[in-house]
Amino acid sequence: MEGQTLLEIKDLVKYYPIYRRGILLKKQIGVVHAVDGVSLKIGRGENVGLVGESGCGKTTLGKTIMHLEEPLSGEVIYDGIRVFEAFRSKDDEKIRKIRRGIQMVFQNPYTSLDPRMTVYDILSEPYVIHKHIPKEEWKEKVYELLRMVNLEEYHAERYPHEFSGGQRQRIAIARALAVDPRLIVADEPVSSLDVSIRAQILNLLMDLQRKKGISYLYVSHDLSSVRQITNRVAVMYLGKIVELAKTDELYAKPLNPYTQALLSAIPVPDPERNRTRIILPGEVPSAVNPPSGCRFHPRCPYATEICHNEEAIFREIQPGHFVACHHAEKFL
Amino acid sequence: METLLNVKGLKTYFFTEAGVVKAVDGVDFQVGKDEAVGLVGESGSGKTVTGLSVLRIVPRPGRILAGTIMFEGEDLLAKSEEEMRRIRGAKIAMTFQDPTTSLDPLYTIGNQLVEVIREHDKELSKKEALEQAMKLLEMVGISEPELRIRAYPHELSGGMKQRIAIARALASRPILLFADEPTTNLDVTVQAQVLELLEELREKLKMSLVMITHDMGIIAETTQRVQVLYAGMVAEVAETRSIFKRPRHPYTEALLQAVPRIDHRKELKVIPGNIPNLIDPPSGCRFHPRCPYAKEICWKKIPTLNPVDDDHLVACHLWQDLSLTGA
Repeated sequence: MEGQTLLEIKDLVKYYPIYRRGILLKKQIGVVHAVDGVSLKIGRGENVGLVGESGCGKTTLGKTIMHLEEPLSGEVIYDGIRVFEAFRSKDDEKIRKIRRGIQMVFQNPYTSLDPRMTVYDILSEPYVIHKHIPKEEWKEKVYELLRMVNLEEYHAERYPHEFSGGQRQRIAIARALAVDPRLIVADEPVSSLDVSIRAQILNLLMDLQRKKGISYLYVSHDLSSVRQITNRVAVMYLGKIVELAKTDELYAKPLNPYTQALLSAIPVPDPERNRTRIILPGEVPSAVNPPSGCRFHPRCPYATEICHNEEAIFREIQPGHFVACHHAEKFL
Repeated sequence: METLLNVKGLKTYFFTEAGVVKAVDGVDFQVGKDEAVGLVGESGSGKTVTGLSVLRIVPRPGRILAGTIMFEGEDLLAKSEEEMRRIRGAKIAMTFQDPTTSLDPLYTIGNQLVEVIREHDKELSKKEALEQAMKLLEMVGISEPELRIRAYPHELSGGMKQRIAIARALASRPILLFADEPTTNLDVTVQAQVLELLEELREKLKMSLVMITHDMGIIAETTQRVQVLYAGMVAEVAETRSIFKRPRHPYTEALLQAVPRIDHRKELKVIPGNIPNLIDPPSGCRFHPRCPYAKEICWKKIPTLNPVDDDHLVACHLWQDLSLTGA
């Protein structure tokens, strides 16, 4: 995983302006700091988890990588291609390469599939767009995709409404696979599914990583599924990454008080376990006026004066373990 | 333990155009005094409809067809609508998954609380009721209640709305609270706050709690006894500790094995297939098409609830032959 970087995000910033409509002109009255200086690398065949609570910017980050959102500044480099430059200069060849290389799977398979298209149409649409497969091979390719996600050939003639939630998510994954992507941005792919169905999809994603060497950016608030399928995890809070480490290390020894609280808050299915829940006061503050200094300081049980005044620098505290906290040494 | 609620043979069906949905199909269910019981299951298991049936607020085209619901020694199904209204106000309350829909967007938080408080105690003046409302808000951990009381639901965050929905349910000092997925829409740090709050309140108010959820983690942390539902029927009932240590029903085992854990990585066992359609449920044991242990008897005969020991019941033909893995 080391050395072979597939995607590099450099100091990415995405703000959303907030307007107030006047009589003649609209006036900007503030900005939402959705993503505020995020850097992250994803290796070939690596599965990186991106976790955080609602409003932390994790979905915006996923969308900005694919240029579904225009960033304010920063850079994304996919396989040597500068993504934003390619889109700005309308370099069709590069854009096509990016669009084929990075695919997305969304949370809700009920809205991400067109109800008027058959599964065959949905899965062959990428071939219509990218023209990378001759037409006479489409049918065989669609069948292959269906088999890959454990569906049957006869499913090709059906419409999305004839499938259950889990099956629909398989179709969405098959559609992403149609262009042989190297990276899949999966945004909460199991959150809307019943618990007995989630394992099917998680195992499928892991299978594809093993067999096809696909990399993932797995965006989720569900820390249990992130633990299960990722190699490394980045924790986001109010637009910034506050901790990044190998998955097992992060779960065993979180060094940012926010990560600690987040992990301790998850109910564990084991009534025998005696555990202390860290209850954070309040809720995630507004990203319009983020707190001064370290953005977590108003809720942090360890906050001191420096946390109030100075932003915590994101630093490598141990090999491969990055954290943004003034007091991280305390937790080593 | 003294029994507070004793439901027997409850059947609640929905008469839809597509057919009769047997949402709750012969469910027995007990809650003791001061007890916290979990009702666990996936969508379509009948856990919410069981709660709605006890309060007799099943929406159309649903109807309670059979059963008895004994509460404090009286059958709720024999009560008139007027009597039920009083019980709902004073004794049994329910909070719902989505607090946005259970609060009225047109009224301030204060108005909505005062309405419930005065319904319960008609002697109170508006001012006294408002004071009580503020106390309630304080109790559920809302800061600056004198400000919040004038706020409308849309001005509040999801966590705050859920707290207010809980405050409203508690306004009448119920002795039994159904909490239906109270934290599903909330962030994990806020979920921890709400679970802590419910635990605190239960002790302080000597209230019995029915926690309705699909999350075995929440069950483990908040309940003493648990009832597992599958496709409208009871699969297993036991003390929470023993069900996690040694489940007796293959579906319970599957629920424990198919869910990723935060404390260790493990191989996820897949439950094949999908949740059954309750218009035409599978024959025999409703879990048999997805059960790895199923034998001929499982699709031929509906299993009854058998006692494993005093506090442990299971509806599985094969329970004596199976050695299942716990959490």
